[in-house]
Amino acid sequence: MAKYDFVIAVGGAPGQGIETLGKSLGQICARYGLHVFTYSAYQSLIRGGHTFLTIRISSEPVANHGDEIDLIIALDKNSLEKHIPHVRPGGTLIYNSDDVRKQAPERDDIQLCPVPYKEFSSGIENRKIQKACLNTCMLGAALNLVGADLKTFEEIIIGALLKRKGQEVVDANIDVATKGYEHAENFTPFDTQFVKQEPALAFGEGNGIMAMGGAAAGVKFYSAYPMSPSTGVLRWMALNARTLGIMVRQCEDEISVINMVIGAAHAGCRAMCATSGGGFALMSEAIGSAAMMEIPIVVINVQRGGPSTGLPTKTEQGDLWQLLGASQGDFPKIIVAPTSIMDGFDTIPELFNLVDKFQCPGMVLSDLTLGMGYTTFDPDSINWQPKIDRGELITELGETDGEYLRFQITDSGISPRALPGTPGHIHVVATDDHDEDGGLISDEFTNPHKRRDIMEKRQRKMDGIVKLLPPPTLEGPEDAEVTLIGWGSTHGVISEAAQTLTEEGIVTNHIQFKWLYPMDEDAINEVLAKSAHAIIVECNYTGQFARFLRGETGFKADGHIRKYDGEPFMPHHIVDGVRELLIGKTELYVPYQEIVV
Amino acid sequence: MAKKERPIKGAPTARDFKGDVNPDWCPGCGDFGVLSALQNAYAKCGRGNHDHLTVSGIGCSSNLPGFIHTYGMHTLHGRSLAVATGAKLANHDLNVVVTGGDGDGYGIGGNHFIHTMRKNIDLLYIVMNNETYGLTVGQASPTTQVGEQTYSTPFGNIETPLNPVAMAIVSGATYVARAFSAERAQLIELMYDGMQHKGFAFIDVISPCVTWKGEDTIFPYWKERVNFLENHDTSDKAAALEQAVKVGHDTQLGLFYHDTSRPSLDQMEPVLEDGPMAHQPLGVTPEQGAAIIKRMM
Repeated sequence: MAKYDFVIAVGGAPGQGIETLGKSLGQICARYGLHVFTYSAYQSLIRGGHTFLTIRISSEPVANHGDEIDLIIALDKNSLEKHIPHVRPGGTLIYNSDDVRKQAPERDDIQLCPVPYKEFSSGIENRKIQKACLNTCMLGAALNLVGADLKTFEEIIIGALLKRKGQEVVDANIDVATKGYEHAENFTPFDTQFVKQEPALAFGEGNGIMAMGGAAAGVKFYSAYPMSPSTGVLRWMALNARTLGIMVRQCEDEISVINMVIGAAHAGCRAMCATSGGGFALMSEAIGSAAMMEIPIVVINVQRGGPSTGLPTKTEQGDLWQLLGASQGDFPKIIVAPTSIMDGFDTIPELFNLVDKFQCPGMVLSDLTLGMGYTTFDPDSINWQPKIDRGELITELGETDGEYLRFQITDSGISPRALPGTPGHIHVVATDDHDEDGGLISDEFTNPHKRRDIMEKRQRKMDGIVKLLPPPTLEGPEDAEVTLIGWGSTHGVISEAAQTLTEEGIVTNHIQFKWLYPMDEDAINEVLAKSAHAIIVECNYTGQFARFLRGETGFKADGHIRKYDGEPFMPHHIVDGVRELLIGKTELYVPYQEIVV
Repeated sequence: MAKKERPIKGAPTARDFKGDVNPDWCPGCGDFGVLSALQNAYAKCGRGNHDHLTVSGIGCSSNLPGFIHTYGMHTLHGRSLAVATGAKLANHDLNVVVTGGDGDGYGIGGNHFIHTMRKNIDLLYIVMNNETYGLTVGQASPTTQVGEQTYSTPFGNIETPLNPVAMAIVSGATYVARAFSAERAQLIELMYDGMQHKGFAFIDVISPCVTWKGEDTIFPYWKERVNFLENHDTSDKAAALEQAVKVGHDTQLGLFYHDTSRPSLDQMEPVLEDGPMAHQPLGVTPEQGAAIIKRMM
């Protein structure tokens, strides 16, 4: 079977049910066994403004929103005018003909599919319901053109609305979906059509999937302060807290969030929190305190555009140096950037095992692209029982021979950790520096030898951590002309760009970094030594990763592709960049963002 | 020398709660009285040392967990209540007591102070209020009196001090008291009752600073200003507030407000029905996982 690869985009105003439409379409695809990746370009408004949701559908796993749009659904006049140029030649534009009474849109290289919604919905007496069903009607028309059946959509409508909204709303939706679907019979369907394949897939949002990873890892305490684009983690945790037995707390600020996490972790829970750049900045001081008190915690930063409150609803990889430098002084820590939405699920248990073993903070760098993107996945690929290793934990009296040193100096730097409530192991943990017994070595007790010993003990943990972090691998042909280097969320788009370039004659391979800190200089240089003309691709202005990599390994890339306009890379941005950089006139390429929302 | 949990013979006494480190406070500091009272109150509870967790922030008074023989956390400046909330909700079997000063609790930690009371977290919070930032050599604090000359207000403080007791009453604390570190018997009683109270118990303790407020004058200053609350109905919120706002020579000591009807957060949280979070099994069962996936298909 030929590869199916199709992109549908929906434009409209917030409140028009774009997210619902996207979820329904995603679920339909998932039931067909088709893979989906979504990207929503939206604004920080609840009413008014404009949203443009791109849904890429493929017979194979897909991890970016693609280059071209085959079909656009315009829910309002604004979207129609804005996005008519974005339909690929030969594609179709579905729009509400009520929006264009005077002059029909003009473009002769695409199919125009006006839907007379007012007429189709005239039977719905409740005006509010009538207004709310527009998205359903338009999706009905689109489904016909791509060859999806109406029955699956009807099942999804019933599943989503019957319990919550009742029969009247379900009937209205099914009625206009059917009318839209039948209306589309009058238009030319797409050449390539939906085909069912096995297995049926599940469909979910990146933030929620990362939260699922947390639940699987044994997170028992989760706290947060609402902040876009990380709030999906809180939502998932809050919804599932009671059935899974997780303490979920919304706090007065991010300072409280992380300090609660520290308290809960010290008392014995696996504890986690998520935020975005600004909230993370407020957490900074406490991250160092977790390292000082040797308490294992996990903090997720779902990055948005900075600096300051920046771009609340746009993506960026601009917080790497914030994480590297978060909190004063030197201390052991781990930084990881999941390379796909599903990798986010696996990363959390992996990170918890590391922070529990080494009793230090672990930080996750996600971003809006991963966090608010939706993906499909094979339900059988989910490992609900990942390995849980809590490290050297003391929970009962045991044989202490009467002596317990919480911060005992050891070769590994790891000191067995007794939980409060355990008999026979009383100790104080302090954010001031302390000796192995927990006694303060600051103020009048300052002792340079003790300070040196305890500093070296803590930092020795880094030697153990670095050995356990797998270095990245070279993906694609060994013998290449170009090597693309990326980190975190860009894996999917870089991988596709490399494949396209190879097909077009520029043989390209790529390296994606997931574990960012600490870095094993030798192991990483071994991988980098295999690279050809090396181009670092990242979503920020100053090349944060390029500078970091150079500092850690001495590796200097030949070229850079950077984007910092708030929108994620599309594959052709990278393809065009490589071509431009190979000409050799510049070392930095900044792609132009064509689709403006 | 490693700290050992000293076995308690018979009923615990205050001595059993004496820490291995001697307090580094200035001679005559009000905090000594608070430390001694807390050791007595812990002993009165009758539980083992390891069943208690003493959490503090940063400042002179926040060094207290080092001087007491229980599990302890000496956290960042102003963050003790947030850390203690996390610890309490993770293991509500622990008796969690938070100690600190006025700068720590009412200044940098003010936001946590309000919200921990609002949430009625089951903690005892003892603030050693000396109306100054002692450890940083005596600057004005949120409770410094108007007109007072300090390191940071050389020409006299022009900011109105906050009234922590009144603030606690209106913010949702369910046990609100004021004490004086020199009134030891009352202090022990209030601390013990505060530990027994299910919900957020708060005691603002006038704990004079002999170094920055006058070695010979500060105790007499307070002794002539404090009065014991009399004929007061502690269940009457409005009456409590009326007493709380009295200052100067009319400053009242005692229990202002006690609400036994409102459950604490841990009592309201269904996820704690199976016992402390920290003791519950980790992870997701195959059945729970299947139910989650089903909703995603």
